[in-house]
Amino acid sequence: MTAHDPSPHHLQLTRDGQLRHFLTLDGLDRDLLTDILDTADSFIEVGERTIKKVPLLRGRTVVNLFFESSTRTRSTFELAAKRLSADVLNLDISTSATSKGESLSDTLLNLEAMASDMFVVRHSQSGAPHFIAESVTPGVAIINAGDGRHAHPTQAMLDMLTIRQHKQRFDGLKVAIVGDVLHSRVARSQIRALNVLGAEEVRVIAPGTLLPKDVESLGCTVEYDMEKGMKDLDVVIMLRLQKERMEGALLPSEREFYRLYGLNREKLALAHPECIVMHPGPINRGVEIESAVADGPQSVILNQVTNGIAIRMAVMSMAMGGQVAERQQKAERAKA
Amino acid sequence: MTAQLDINQLLDELETGLRRILEERNVTEPAVIGIRTGGVWLADVLSKRLGIDQAFGELDISFYRDDFSRIGLNPRVKPSSLPFDTEGRDIILIDDVIMSGRTIRAAMNEIFDYGRPASIILATLIDLGARELPIQPDVAGRVLSLNAHQRVKLRGPDPLRIELQETGQ
Repeated sequence: MTAHDPSPHHLQLTRDGQLRHFLTLDGLDRDLLTDILDTADSFIEVGERTIKKVPLLRGRTVVNLFFESSTRTRSTFELAAKRLSADVLNLDISTSATSKGESLSDTLLNLEAMASDMFVVRHSQSGAPHFIAESVTPGVAIINAGDGRHAHPTQAMLDMLTIRQHKQRFDGLKVAIVGDVLHSRVARSQIRALNVLGAEEVRVIAPGTLLPKDVESLGCTVEYDMEKGMKDLDVVIMLRLQKERMEGALLPSEREFYRLYGLNREKLALAHPECIVMHPGPINRGVEIESAVADGPQSVILNQVTNGIAIRMAVMSMAMGGQVAERQQKAERAKA
Repeated sequence: MTAQLDINQLLDELETGLRRILEERNVTEPAVIGIRTGGVWLADVLSKRLGIDQAFGELDISFYRDDFSRIGLNPRVKPSSLPFDTEGRDIILIDDVIMSGRTIRAAMNEIFDYGRPASIILATLIDLGARELPIQPDVAGRVLSLNAHQRVKLRGPDPLRIELQETGQ
């Protein structure tokens, strides 16, 4: 398996531009991202009904393949698949230190033998979902639920859905992403999505030690001083301080981090009065964000969770749809 | 043939038919649901003609279509919206054209996911025959049979008009 940045644009689209895997936002254009958001809007309505289920994936088997644990992402993927009427199998597999590539292939062969139609993959290594998409049987869709430091595209899209719900647009928006950008796969996907959808400015606010070297090349401006960075913001996205990923002394102390980069009421008051506050969760209260802000009137953190189910329903049904349409077209070509 | 498809004449037929059925079945407070897109335009017009105050519902049946496993998801799906409780309600379901009957099957499946209605009356502006399922409209504005090269389409919403197209070979 390769750990370098994969370029799976060709891999995740069918010949006529439909989604067939969902691995990264790289290579997906504004129209397709907008289609995902529009489809998710329709699934939000489904989530408000007495019977929150549609028959799109009836009889299909979705395997949640989590090589790295996650409660929220896994449970919202599970709920999304169930609301699409799919059968769901949840597998939490901790990676062994040796021969990861090999054991991954074996695991997949076994799961494919169970006639699975879709794998939702979370892995600590960048590129793992891409590797699986390359080797999997045609017809099986792969959804990236977060890989290493590379991407977390469904999280970024649910954030975009949340922003669009509250701001009705992307044009002219100033959005900041604050905190541990270095370890964040979410930040990378968010910057990409905001640029494609036409946000006016994407700003990252962080200490230099928590920024990747090439961060500006991702399509953002950099601000080290949070108080300056909060000015005129329409959206502020706080990142979780990934304590479990910290190697070495990147931070003086949590308290120092909170003083400089934690979002409290005073700092939020420097933004636009209607600025919304987002956080992908789980929240470290008092580390990145003050409780009064996380639970305050400008917080849309719980909307993000609800939107996560709708986005995952959209991506799963679109990718499965792309796979079945492609199979049908191939069968028709074979006949002709 | 185009002359026979005067939209107002067809709407008159639908209105008269619906009034008769509502009276026969003793339905006093029906709720109207239109299937996107043409059916929604008709739901608007017929609600006004029948003097129904209850806001009509809009159904997008994309999530209920039976051809997902052949063609995938309709990329232009919009949210359905039913501004009333369907449970125990008498429903008038409206679409512009009925042919195979598959759209109506999908629509009924979707309606039942909102609640169990007391009854459903099906009204379509045009009935093209060629049914593949045992589903019949209670009232149709016109029954037509087209040849293989002809297509019929409702355009709207303002003004509503029926287009009969010759598709060539």
